Amino acid sequence: MRQVVHIFRKEFSAYFVSPIAYIVISIFLLITGWFFFTTFFLFNQANLRTFYTLLPVVFAFVIPAITMRLISEELNIGSDEILLTMPVTYGDVIIGKFLASVALIIAMLIPTLAYPLTVSFMGQLDWGPVVGGYVGAVFMGAAFSGVGLFASALTRNQIIAFIIGLAICFTLTLIDKMLFFLPQSLLGVFSYLGADFHFQNIAKGIIDSRDILYFISVCFVGLFGAHLALNQKY
Amino acid sequence: MIQVENLTKYYSHLCAVDQINLDIQRGEIMGLLGPNGAGKTTTLRMLTGFLQPSSGSINIKGLSIDKHVLEIKKLLGYLPESAPLYHDMLVFDYLKYVAAIRAIDRDQKLPRIRQLADLCGINEVMSKPIGELSKGYKQRVGLAHAMMNDPEVLVLDEPTSGLDPNQIVEIRKIIKEIGKEKTIIISTHILSEAEATCDRIVIINQGKIVADGSTENLKQSASGKNIMHLCLQNVDFKTVEANLSKLDGVESVSRMKQTDSELDVRLTYRSTGDLRPDVYRIIKDTDWILLDFHQETQTLENIFRELTKEN
Repeated sequence: MRQVVHIFRKEFSAYFVSPIAYIVISIFLLITGWFFFTTFFLFNQANLRTFYTLLPVVFAFVIPAITMRLISEELNIGSDEILLTMPVTYGDVIIGKFLASVALIIAMLIPTLAYPLTVSFMGQLDWGPVVGGYVGAVFMGAAFSGVGLFASALTRNQIIAFIIGLAICFTLTLIDKMLFFLPQSLLGVFSYLGADFHFQNIAKGIIDSRDILYFISVCFVGLFGAHLALNQKY
Repeated sequence: MIQVENLTKYYSHLCAVDQINLDIQRGEIMGLLGPNGAGKTTTLRMLTGFLQPSSGSINIKGLSIDKHVLEIKKLLGYLPESAPLYHDMLVFDYLKYVAAIRAIDRDQKLPRIRQLADLCGINEVMSKPIGELSKGYKQRVGLAHAMMNDPEVLVLDEPTSGLDPNQIVEIRKIIKEIGKEKTIIISTHILSEAEATCDRIVIINQGKIVADGSTENLKQSASGKNIMHLCLQNVDFKTVEANLSKLDGVESVSRMKQTDSELDVRLTYRSTGDLRPDVYRIIKDTDWILLDFHQETQTLENIFRELTKEN
């Protein structure tokens, strides 16, 4: 467990030593801020609905970019040999890196608190859905991080890792929008697989254990897949 | 200290290491030699728990690597080939990170890092990013990394590659110094280095051990075959051949060079004793003129080439 903390610290500070964190955070804020406030005054409603509708798609792009380097960079420069011959397990490495990416996502969400604050000055803001939305965003971020980490463990090429991660996250986000292609009997299953579906539930302010469980299981499957991928490599 | 039994590693269908058996004692400095692709690095990677063997067992200090891989990693220090370190970290930050993972006590961390920086001569680069260092400095940072926890077994994969001659001498000195108490395994293909630093040399070729012993042992066992050079005057080759072939153990007498006045002869013989007195006696009884007479000494280089020749 102590090793997880050390790896987490190293990975988290690595984001801020290189320009990655600054670029990712500013692009994220630029996109969400622009799309949120361009339509905000048209709707004339004091809520964060448009921000939350946008968030899953933006996350599907941004999070694979955050996680792509985590393992594939190690494989590429060969530093995995140094890391894994120190007394750490694959689990320590994966969890440490996973937590670092979740921490960066939280750091990325903190400046967006300016949105609800701004809105609360303009009208009567219902804080319930706002808090729900942020909790959901962290869970969704964790789930996508798990997926991204899995993609990163598959290849030594960061661009391929990004594209695989993006493909999976994007599919998960949009799968419940594609339901009209499917026969009636499969609807339930596929809508349950959609990340957006679960996130919007939480963002309404209803925290349902099914939605939380969904994100936790996606996250677990991703991390377990990363563990298998590493096990397979050596 | 380290027992390796029937260690085998397959990369899909390619057999990189084939049934290796080794027993390494405490305090031994072992040199692992072999041509490129012989399986040196693969063997070391399995010893350090980085790669899982396809079959066979490794026991270090009585701990089996299958079950106690974490405990074994705590005993080991490892410098991989070409020291693949994180490019964007500062040397000092990196060593601090390694110290944390190696569970060095909080108040011991800084003194230990300082001590290693002195030992490896990296004081002047402590605040530089690793990616900006020259190969030699990277290698030294890697060495500091490997020695962080004062390991009982130090495994170094080509530790002196990329270093300048002064640094090589320094590193050898460090290795000799540490090797007094610690077990060290070095892989290299610089033979003089192995000869200078190692107590024991293991040569592997195509995944198999082809020689194992001290430098002297290797030289002796390989020198079952001796070669002698003679430079003569006032005689023709036929006579020399007829006379020298009579001696016990002589395998061949061959003509190397012949000018009007001089004849160079190469004599190959297989014998445990020295044949030089007998050859001298034969020459003394004739009216040949002896210009040069010497025996070729078996160098590690010759032995290495002999053992690892491609069939």
